[in-house]
Amino acid sequence: MAKFNMTPDELLNFQFGAPNVGWMEHKPVFKEGNFAYPGKADVIRDLGFPNPREWSPLDEDWKLPENWMEIVRDGMKDRLDRYRSFKLFMDICVRCGACADKCHFYIGGGDPKNMPVLRAELLRSIYRGEFTTAGKILGKWAGGRPLTMDVVKEWFFYFYQCTECRRCSLFCPYGIDTAEVTMIARELLQLLGININWMMEPVRNCNRMGNHLGIQPHAFKDIVDFLCEDIEAVTGIRINPPMNEKGHEVLFITPSGDVFADPGIYTFMGYLMLFHEIGLDYTLSTYASEGGNFGLFTSHEMMKKLNAKMYAEAERLGSKWILGGECGHMWRVINQYMSTHNGPCPPKMETPVSPITGTVFRNATETKMVHIAEFTADLVRHNKLKFDKRRNSHLNVTFHDSCNPARGMGMFEEPREVIKACCDNFFEMPAQTIREQTFCCAGGSGLNTDEIMEMRMRGGLPRGNALRHVQQKHDVNTMACVCAIDRATLIPLADYWAPGVTICGVHELVANALIMKGEQERTMDLRQNELPYLDESAEEDA
Amino acid sequence: MAFFISLILVLTLCAASYYGAEAGMQWLFGMTIPYLAIAGFVCGFAYKIYSWAKSPVPFRIPTTGGQQYSHEWIKHNPLDNPHTVSWTVGRMLLEILTFRSLFRNTEVVIHRTEDGPRVAYNSARWLWLFGLIFHYCFLVIFLRHFRFFLDPVPFFVRALEFTDGIFQIGAPRLYQTDVLILAALAFLLLRRMFDHKVRYISLISDYFPLVLISGIALSGIYMRYLGKTDINAVKIYVMGLFTLSPVSAEGIAPIFFMHLFLVCALLLYFPWSKLMHLGGVFLSPTRNLPNDSRMRMHVNPWNPPKKYHTYEAYEDDFREFMVEAGLPVDKPLDKADA
Repeated sequence: MAKFNMTPDELLNFQFGAPNVGWMEHKPVFKEGNFAYPGKADVIRDLGFPNPREWSPLDEDWKLPENWMEIVRDGMKDRLDRYRSFKLFMDICVRCGACADKCHFYIGGGDPKNMPVLRAELLRSIYRGEFTTAGKILGKWAGGRPLTMDVVKEWFFYFYQCTECRRCSLFCPYGIDTAEVTMIARELLQLLGININWMMEPVRNCNRMGNHLGIQPHAFKDIVDFLCEDIEAVTGIRINPPMNEKGHEVLFITPSGDVFADPGIYTFMGYLMLFHEIGLDYTLSTYASEGGNFGLFTSHEMMKKLNAKMYAEAERLGSKWILGGECGHMWRVINQYMSTHNGPCPPKMETPVSPITGTVFRNATETKMVHIAEFTADLVRHNKLKFDKRRNSHLNVTFHDSCNPARGMGMFEEPREVIKACCDNFFEMPAQTIREQTFCCAGGSGLNTDEIMEMRMRGGLPRGNALRHVQQKHDVNTMACVCAIDRATLIPLADYWAPGVTICGVHELVANALIMKGEQERTMDLRQNELPYLDESAEEDA
Repeated sequence: MAFFISLILVLTLCAASYYGAEAGMQWLFGMTIPYLAIAGFVCGFAYKIYSWAKSPVPFRIPTTGGQQYSHEWIKHNPLDNPHTVSWTVGRMLLEILTFRSLFRNTEVVIHRTEDGPRVAYNSARWLWLFGLIFHYCFLVIFLRHFRFFLDPVPFFVRALEFTDGIFQIGAPRLYQTDVLILAALAFLLLRRMFDHKVRYISLISDYFPLVLISGIALSGIYMRYLGKTDINAVKIYVMGLFTLSPVSAEGIAPIFFMHLFLVCALLLYFPWSKLMHLGGVFLSPTRNLPNDSRMRMHVNPWNPPKKYHTYEAYEDDFREFMVEAGLPVDKPLDKADA
């Protein structure tokens, strides 16, 4: 793997501008570090996806099926007939350029083909050339071009430089959503066996083993036990979370990154402590141990397949409703796709009601799934939680809106209410970089792999710069988020663009401040760092 | 380059119609083509809408631009994140009447300072402003032209004419929309030529409609203010067309036929071009759907059958490990073996 060692100055040594060659003539050059590695043959074979083989984008020959052109044409036609979004977005763009500088990859890289409009034109030009009369006759004059191998390679290059964050769609006067275009383009590439391993392997794992990381049930239990030991070390309270148990009111599902990776594990410990404290009747599941859904980045059908387990498991365990953890794209799937894909929900499920406050979650009447930020915000509002905010007093916190809960759901206030309830020092980043205008971590949609670190750091510039702004202005030292991919990707991003800022989940902050019945006096936070306020109060006492 | 090709195309259209009409082919440019153009426009527009509508909307995918409908005590932003049909209509109205999404536009600038880069987002509402001016002027001018098709001239057309010329400059009175639409067209054209981002993405099909509409506007303005075309003769002629009893085009200057022909070219071009955003904007699934699929089931007409790795298969894979780890299983080990 090419080591990424550019300085920010080197990275930003470009000027926005148009190359002298027209974009149809301009071809991408693949080199180590600017593409993610392709799906391994055995992974693709296990999934039953087309054309499993060992190949590299650096090869001249990508070993495509002989009739690849026909496959792409048929695939496009099929999707034009099945998705109005796709068909419409191929036709109505006026190239006004409003989206052009809204993409984080364009802002941090200056490559004009990362302007959302041009990214979509990569596909649109083929649509015109192959499917419209004018394009067939007039060719380039009508903005059409023939389907060639170079086009396919270009698609791979640029549709895996889109994190499907939908920021461009917010600014488009017709709501053209590049995420939709990218999803379709990736499906077309899948038909030829062109994909990336970072995305396909988690899909395979999730399918067979219940989660992206491929944690097997006994290992899952071990990890949770281990995390519970850590909780005990910090609080003196022993928690034994139910797992795969039938007859509990709530099934709790969170991304497996929360169980596995630092700092997600502290968020996970936070959930368990919260549930313990309020006495929630819940169970975890090892079979449905993945909230995230890399199927979303693979194909609509794969998304459906992975998502189906949530309802299946709720039905098997007899849960009344499902509580979902902090995860970005998981919530785009749940909010926009779940009931369509796999609904109606199992007959015994009920509209979620908080057993603690009696609040009916009126926005979840169909899917029966509640976001933990919605759940906790309600607890906070009803004063059901006691916080010692001093434990978070050394933290100056800002909040990163993840793209999916932002633009695919609209959850802005709930996590903020929770953070403000347990932290005294909360600061917002500039308005153009948060809420609906938030910037992606540049690692979404399966691009959170290290071999493309240069691209991630480029795409991370807008978020990183906004973070640095509040770091300098308000001494912000902590950025909270509600997304497991963020918790992994924002760490190198912050180290690079705003060194000194720690990344955490919202429920890590909650659990650190939460006063639990019967707990020992807390001297450490969940990361087992000494709590600074104790020193300060000791000094005051002295 | 793309601009010059468009310019040459439009000039060719101008020349063909002007000299054609002068050479006595008024029937072609003044009758046959307009009838064809209107028929072509109506059929083409309908076909295009039909072809879009034919493809289903399998998923509910609105771009949510504001706080979702959540707890009662959390302020919901129903216009940017509607949860009901009526709020969605509101969102669409604002989108279509005020170009709300475009109003958000910003421009990114990276300042390279000694202290590292600073990314700034400057307000960039010129496109919104001139886009809005262009579309509204076009609408007003289009409606004003009803005085040529209708007798008596309806009240709203008179009111429009009066308002449009309210400053009472010159004779014939100067319409503000004539000036504004030229300014807007100039802005849109110059922006396309000189903004490096937009220039790079622009196709012939982006310049052509702008140049064509400029041609229509300029020829119309010439007739009204400079050429002083015989309005009464034109009105009699156009009314003849509209009542399907065409009259002689005697005495009408060729420039009128050029103007008319450019309009016909626009009508014929319209359905097959990006100008169909006029129809398409109403159908955009990221804008015209409420964000409610957690509350109400949205049905996908081609929903594929549910296929997934079942719990039973999963337990079969891991039963021993699960039992050993103390996890409950549906089939005990001895039964599963049997």
